[in-house]
Amino acid sequence: MANYSTNEFKGGLKVMLDGDPCNILENEFVKPGKGQAFNRVKLRNLITGRVWERTFKSGESLEGADVMDLDMEYLYTDGDMWHFMKTDGSFEQYAVDKKAIGDVEKWLKEQAVYTVTLWNDNAIAVSPPNFLELEVVETDPGLKGDTAQGGSKPATLSSGAVVRVPLFINQGEVLRIDTRSGEYVSRA
Amino acid sequence: MTSSPDDWQPSATIETLRQRARLLAAVRAFFAARDVLEVETPILGHAGSTDPHLDSLSLRATTPAGRETLWLQTSPEFHMKRLLAAGSGPIFQLARSFRDGEVGRRHNIEFTMLEWYRPGFSLAALIDECEALIRTLIPAAGPARRRRYRELFREALALDPFTAPLAELQRVAGERGGLDMADSDRDGCLDLLMSLVIEPTLGQDGIDVVVDYPASQAALARKRVDEEGDEVASRFEIYLQGLELANGYDELTDAREQAARFEDDNRQRAALRKPVVDVDRRLIAALAHGMPAGSGVALGIDRLIQLALGKASVAEVMAFPTPRC
Repeated sequence: MANYSTNEFKGGLKVMLDGDPCNILENEFVKPGKGQAFNRVKLRNLITGRVWERTFKSGESLEGADVMDLDMEYLYTDGDMWHFMKTDGSFEQYAVDKKAIGDVEKWLKEQAVYTVTLWNDNAIAVSPPNFLELEVVETDPGLKGDTAQGGSKPATLSSGAVVRVPLFINQGEVLRIDTRSGEYVSRA
Repeated sequence: MTSSPDDWQPSATIETLRQRARLLAAVRAFFAARDVLEVETPILGHAGSTDPHLDSLSLRATTPAGRETLWLQTSPEFHMKRLLAAGSGPIFQLARSFRDGEVGRRHNIEFTMLEWYRPGFSLAALIDECEALIRTLIPAAGPARRRRYRELFREALALDPFTAPLAELQRVAGERGGLDMADSDRDGCLDLLMSLVIEPTLGQDGIDVVVDYPASQAALARKRVDEEGDEVASRFEIYLQGLELANGYDELTDAREQAARFEDDNRQRAALRKPVVDVDRRLIAALAHGMPAGSGVALGIDRLIQLALGKASVAEVMAFPTPRC
């Protein structure tokens, strides 16, 4: 991979830091009136998801990270690994481990398309689509006529996620959910 | 930088540009009332700045002398000092200046420097005039106070920047910055601590004027010995709301000393593996002829306008910052 100097750092650039691939979030050039310049850089560690703030001497460089975000369809899980397939017609499959799936496990739906982050061709992270349509598999019976009033109750969805839904929702209904906030949007 | 035609519009609103024009008119009126002559000097020069931490842009041009390398000026200082030596008296300039690689919220590689020189002025008199100018543009700027460089470090870091051992400076700078400073010199460590720890605290409840910098950071200022017996640079910097606005000197007038500092700068540049810059021999000749003693200051007018108008970045007070030019 190429090396990138501090003056090439910008949001979205993927670099290696302390052995982990990182995504640069922000790069601030700082310099006293007369004197040496530094770059204050915020990076997200793509393995742990943590945000690091580091200072570099201007002109220092970091090795680029071979990181790609690809669209993939979720196929199935064998219990240990989760299997995804590229949507580019290649039918190429990738197995994702528990660590890389993380919290996304509760948002998995067969045939939905996810963004899978590959580092050196290994899956290191998965992000779900912003909205998913999921079936309610368990909730208290709906209250008839109660469509306008506030109030909510928990509902377990087919993917395993538990979300707050309005009281009128019944088991078996399909709901549109915002996966970023985990909130009910509407009936699908 | 990929340029997209979608960002053809200015990054400052037209209303902001109107306010900018009014503020620049107020600057000119300020100096006119004080009999300071407005001058214009070249943006291109045969010499560039040798400052080890400034990177000049250069270009090739066909001139009366043939094909030559010319340098875009990092400030109008050298040309203005030649005017002083030629007997101009007090002068000011709003000069476009260029510094390669300086990009960010508070930087643009092309910017406007307000620079002025006051023959016969002490550093203290020039600081007072700077304050008056800042208050003309920002009437609510708050009280001004002098802060000694040494005191700032003692208060914020319990460290004396003049006497602390290098290893100690490297350790503290490395800890604060989260990087390895083991191969950095004293000034490198002090620069890091100044930028990261001290600067953000400055000018938060008024105008902070930092004085008595280490002699190694004198640039083109005279040096003197302070009350603790350490050699300091007769220099000041002005901070407002964490932003460095101005950098002033009791100007060095000794041609020999100036030539020696240029050479020393170029040695440092070579050590940093930066290109050596053509030294301004005409400036040396002007100093040898005689430049009146006095003080001068460079003020980043884009930043002052940014603060006067309550904006978050210099780009918001410029029509077309570099990414859009």
